[in-house]
Amino acid sequence: MTREMTGAKMVVQALKDQGVDTVFGYPGGAVLPIYDEIFLQNDIRHILVRHEQGAVHAAEGYARSTGKPGVCLVTSGPGATNAVTGLTDALMDSIPIVVLTGQVPTFMIGSDAFQEADTVGITRPCTKHNWLVKETDALADTIHEAFHVATAGRPGPVLVDIPKDVQFANGTYTPPKPSTSHYQPMVKGDMEEITELVAAIENAKKPVFYTGGGVINSGPAASQLLRELVEATGFPITSTLMGLGAYPASGKHWLGMLGMHGLYEANLAMHDCDLMICIGARFDDRITGRIDAFSPNSIKAHIDIDPSSINKVIKADIPIVGDVGHVLEDILKVWKSRGRKTETEAVASWRRQVDDWRKVNCLAYANSETTIKPQYALQRLEELTKKHDRYICTEVGQHQMWAAQFLNFEDPNRWMTSGGLGTMGYGFPASIGVQLAHPDSLVINVAGEASWLMNMQELGTAVQFRLPVKQFILNNERLGMVRQWQELLHGERYSQSWSEALPDFVKLAEAFGAKGIYCDNPADLDDAIMEMINYDGPVLFDCLVEKHENCFPMIPSGKAHNEMLLGEADTQGVIDSKGSVLV
Amino acid sequence: MSALHIKKGTSKHSAYNLRPTFSDVSERHTLAVLVENEPGVLARVIGLFAGRGYNIESLTVAEVDHTGHLSRITIVTKGTPQVIEQIKAQLGRIVVVHEVHDLTVEGPSVERELAIMKIVGQGDKRVEALRLADIFRANVVDSTLNSFVFEITGAPEKIDAFADLMRPLGLAEIARTGVAALLRGD
Repeated sequence: MTREMTGAKMVVQALKDQGVDTVFGYPGGAVLPIYDEIFLQNDIRHILVRHEQGAVHAAEGYARSTGKPGVCLVTSGPGATNAVTGLTDALMDSIPIVVLTGQVPTFMIGSDAFQEADTVGITRPCTKHNWLVKETDALADTIHEAFHVATAGRPGPVLVDIPKDVQFANGTYTPPKPSTSHYQPMVKGDMEEITELVAAIENAKKPVFYTGGGVINSGPAASQLLRELVEATGFPITSTLMGLGAYPASGKHWLGMLGMHGLYEANLAMHDCDLMICIGARFDDRITGRIDAFSPNSIKAHIDIDPSSINKVIKADIPIVGDVGHVLEDILKVWKSRGRKTETEAVASWRRQVDDWRKVNCLAYANSETTIKPQYALQRLEELTKKHDRYICTEVGQHQMWAAQFLNFEDPNRWMTSGGLGTMGYGFPASIGVQLAHPDSLVINVAGEASWLMNMQELGTAVQFRLPVKQFILNNERLGMVRQWQELLHGERYSQSWSEALPDFVKLAEAFGAKGIYCDNPADLDDAIMEMINYDGPVLFDCLVEKHENCFPMIPSGKAHNEMLLGEADTQGVIDSKGSVLV
Repeated sequence: MSALHIKKGTSKHSAYNLRPTFSDVSERHTLAVLVENEPGVLARVIGLFAGRGYNIESLTVAEVDHTGHLSRITIVTKGTPQVIEQIKAQLGRIVVVHEVHDLTVEGPSVERELAIMKIVGQGDKRVEALRLADIFRANVVDSTLNSFVFEITGAPEKIDAFADLMRPLGLAEIARTGVAALLRGD
């Protein structure tokens, strides 16, 4: 079925046909025809954000918590440039996002027209792919293809730039059909490599699973298969920041997160293992530490849908290109057919070794009766919310690492954090996107006061759409992670890393029509958290915490996994000049 | 052989030569990249090289399939084997890239480049330039009493050699197309 319609109507029709129910956006001159069409229909809900960056992060939150692509609609020029941070964030974390931008009319492109920017040029390196549509007849197909590219293979953000005359003109609408473009990433892994990995699994004495966001991106079935494989083999499992929840934190083989602020047992297991099975992770520098000392004695298997991830940083001994779900299914099939063998005794003794490392209790901290320790605040938050149908977002910094350490994730798609780009200001708008997708769930954004202020304007969005998002701000009146690095690396010279002239968060909440809660006493914390949970509406929780707490464990820059710092006593002169150039 | 009895470096069937033994020595590779000929495609390829700090020694591009709108980009690049593998994988990620061929690995291949050179001079030098051009099978495409313009095709080394010979004979200007390359055989 094809139909004649305007380009603007086509946009809305294409979104409907793609199953889109929510669009995050901000109107402007170059998208007015599309906004007119949005006005004339009721199928797609438009969420008016307060800044285009917020729109993209909200779409990311929506996408990560549902597995469906998030959609944004913004205007030309500044609308598009404001979306750039969100696009880069989504590219780094492989989040499927479709951003539609208005553009000046085709006949004005290149004339430095009002609100003109070379949007496809600017966003070329920060999208998986982008398109400038110059013919209305090509618009519907381009939008359908955009959804295909955003979600196929390794997901990512795409952008479609639509000039205003293309929106006004009439053209022929074509409904979505299975993509016929050449872009069809392989999902099945090579059986020869998979068999080789199974043989390695059968012979491994000190194996470890190292999983990442790719497991989550592959869908809930992949997480189920991962759980099955872990339970059946009894191998310990750790995960990157991005992959938390794929394997449940309550699972008995769970080691906790690995990496720079990962758990002692996870990092030592990575360092000492003889078989590392990397599933949907990419050996990021936060994970590996010093490359030449990274897990020196292990065979490394790497499963990734993106061939460019393999051998980029760490040489893979068993490379498998394919979708995590498909590959895990084949691994299980082959392993079972060969008799479900493992080196049972050796693996049991390896697990005892891991248990010894656990006894170090690397997350221990000195609690206080007078000041709220950030770790304590998160422990209480965990205790009081763990039975809820809960989604957690974070901003970026110390609070993010503490949240990853102290909150437990039992399921995938429950944890939204900016991992690759490390975008301060991500969490609040992301929590809005999550809440829209899950209106009855408890959505909490664990924040630092400095990060939170970066996109605080979205409080207006939360209030307007009655979104009961809980902003749990661990307020240390510092840029905590910057301060920590300055302490360890820059002779305790705290250059520009304190939050001066902070607002009164309670009054700020009230000014927007939200609820504000203030707490600075450990004895009052539980009641305050309960008040936050029970309030039906957006809450700004100003939790005043210890100002100079450092985040441990920590692998300093330029060091190996087995050189991690466990606490304040270890910190003297830890980072040499070579390490200090790393971030 | 590792403790797990897996022979390293045995993968033979992977499209991306995923299990090489990497050396640190920089190699020169000629890549043929088949892309959809759409606006911005060259910017995507060049932007990838610039953004990730890869090297471009030469680059040629033209549409080779007018009905399918496919262009062939021939890139000569330099890097360690690991970097070359990464370049190919990254090129393969670009949505409008259809095929990536490493002619240096898949070879042997023929490489040809076209150059036009202007030689300005009189007397013996002019005669010598014409004689050498004959030896190199360069054609005269323009001539005045004071100058020749030669057209020469060949492997880049041949063009380098010809340019070196022309330099003392009055080489005034040179334009080169960069390398076009194809695999030999069928």
